[in-house]
Amino acid sequence: MYENRRLGFFFVLPFVLGVVGFKLFPFVMSFALSFTQYDLMDPPEFIGLANYQELLTQDPLFRKSLGVTLLFAALAVPMRVGFALFIAHVLNFRLRGINFFRSAFYIPSILGGSIAIAVLWRFIFAKHGLVNLLLTKLGFEPIAWLADEHYSMWTIVLLFMWQFGSAMVIFLAALQSVPASLYEAAECDGASKWQQFLRITVPLITPVIFFNMIMQMVHAFQEFNGPYMITEGGPLYSTYVLALYIYDQSFRFFNLGYGAALSWVLFALVALLAGISFWSSKYWVFYSGEKERAT
Amino acid sequence: MMANGGDTRTQLGLRYLALGVVALVMLYPLLWLVGASFKSNGEIFTELGFWPDRLDFGAYAKGWKTSSEYTFATYFLNSFAIVVPRVIVTVISCVLVAYAFARFEFVGRKLLFSIMVATMMLPLIVLRLPQYLMFRELGWLDTYLPLILPSAFATDTFFVFMLVQFLRGIPRDMEEAAQIDGCNALQLLWYIIVPLLKPAIISVIVFQFIWTMNDFMGPLIYLASVENYPVSLALKMSIGATEEVEWANVIAISVVALVPSVAVFFMAQRYFIEGAASSGIKG
Repeated sequence: MYENRRLGFFFVLPFVLGVVGFKLFPFVMSFALSFTQYDLMDPPEFIGLANYQELLTQDPLFRKSLGVTLLFAALAVPMRVGFALFIAHVLNFRLRGINFFRSAFYIPSILGGSIAIAVLWRFIFAKHGLVNLLLTKLGFEPIAWLADEHYSMWTIVLLFMWQFGSAMVIFLAALQSVPASLYEAAECDGASKWQQFLRITVPLITPVIFFNMIMQMVHAFQEFNGPYMITEGGPLYSTYVLALYIYDQSFRFFNLGYGAALSWVLFALVALLAGISFWSSKYWVFYSGEKERAT
Repeated sequence: MMANGGDTRTQLGLRYLALGVVALVMLYPLLWLVGASFKSNGEIFTELGFWPDRLDFGAYAKGWKTSSEYTFATYFLNSFAIVVPRVIVTVISCVLVAYAFARFEFVGRKLLFSIMVATMMLPLIVLRLPQYLMFRELGWLDTYLPLILPSAFATDTFFVFMLVQFLRGIPRDMEEAAQIDGCNALQLLWYIIVPLLKPAIISVIVFQFIWTMNDFMGPLIYLASVENYPVSLALKMSIGATEEVEWANVIAISVVALVPSVAVFFMAQRYFIEGAASSGIKG
């Protein structure tokens, strides 16, 4: 470390200003707004807990939206993380052409958030889209992916899962750090590949599984582009995630106080789930010796 | 080596087969999108194959012109007018802040670092509404300032975190030697740290470029007039404008919209997939 304390603080100053001005202040302000009624025309009016009371007791759309969000996260996060781990595991066998596959699997994760891909998804799952063409060719009945409320959720879950590449490269890096000697020893003892995966690989990379689960969860709860562009929240609100509801209340109906309350409920939900994960992590996440890994 | 020591040829074959099938399923939609951009409206919804019968650039020409008064040239220029300054200020601010976190001891360093990590997990959607009100108060709505300026204050904490992790892995010998030779902190940063950080900085550039190109909610909230729209909003508009959408045109423009990101990805992939993996950043 360099001695010059002032200089260090000087370099970090932009961040201090930025985090206070663009993160902490808005964060507190949104909390304050959630106790008001505000429509941009008249000044905000303090109404206490009325917003929270309304959304908890009188707002069926909130309940629907909450359920949709939880369902989306419960399906999309394990599918993305699980698939990422599986593919990383297969790629880890030092195959030739690993770089090609790694890039191929990575591309969707960087393009997937774009509107162009949302457009593509609408085509793939359209009435006469790619998926239904394939189903018909194979002799199945076509499915009304976007019009049937039982299937619409899958279109956005599959889009989320399609972008598994970023989690995959993180897993791959972790897998490559597992010492080969452990596998050799297990091989000698006659452990099958599957046993090696479950008993050696998974326990050793639990910190990375944990990290990916948390980060993907935070992302899943904010998913917006997919539901907004592909299903438009429908049909029958079957994909009306909280992010969409918050957007509508805040920027379409200009119920800013209510929108703020909704966004705080979303924040509380994410914080609660993250808290539970951190608490549970001591039972299933194992950090290896070095302390520096824990930062 | 040892990991596939017990492999037979069949097992190896199966592994390639599985990877190949997954890669095909993953990439086929993209191939199909490119192929469909040359097809007629009728073919798009009847053909499973991606290979078009003929190369018809008509959809590109029509899509580029749009049904609005501006062409996609305007929208692309708008996108770049957001992306380029944002990438520049992001790199400068994040490198400085990461340098401070990784190499200096100052009051509150631990606390600030924890705050930074915590904000990585803060759902941005909670901040959208108050940020909108702030920018409205400042008179910045319908300008690019709300989309660019916060990044000048290292608020994209993913990148700071990534750079700090990277810097921690770099031994200090060279810096110490340079210090003995009389380099000051800024010279150290410029002559020693930045060259060593190059792969990580490239990752920051690529991610910020692509994420900003993809960004939809920010422009949707802050920009009002069509003449300021970036590509993402313009693309959305081209679907929403009429009930009878010329799908071929929309598809063609979607392909064009993906080109900058794909190009940047391929130019830099060898640096930035490594960088992305080692820092545990997510894309």
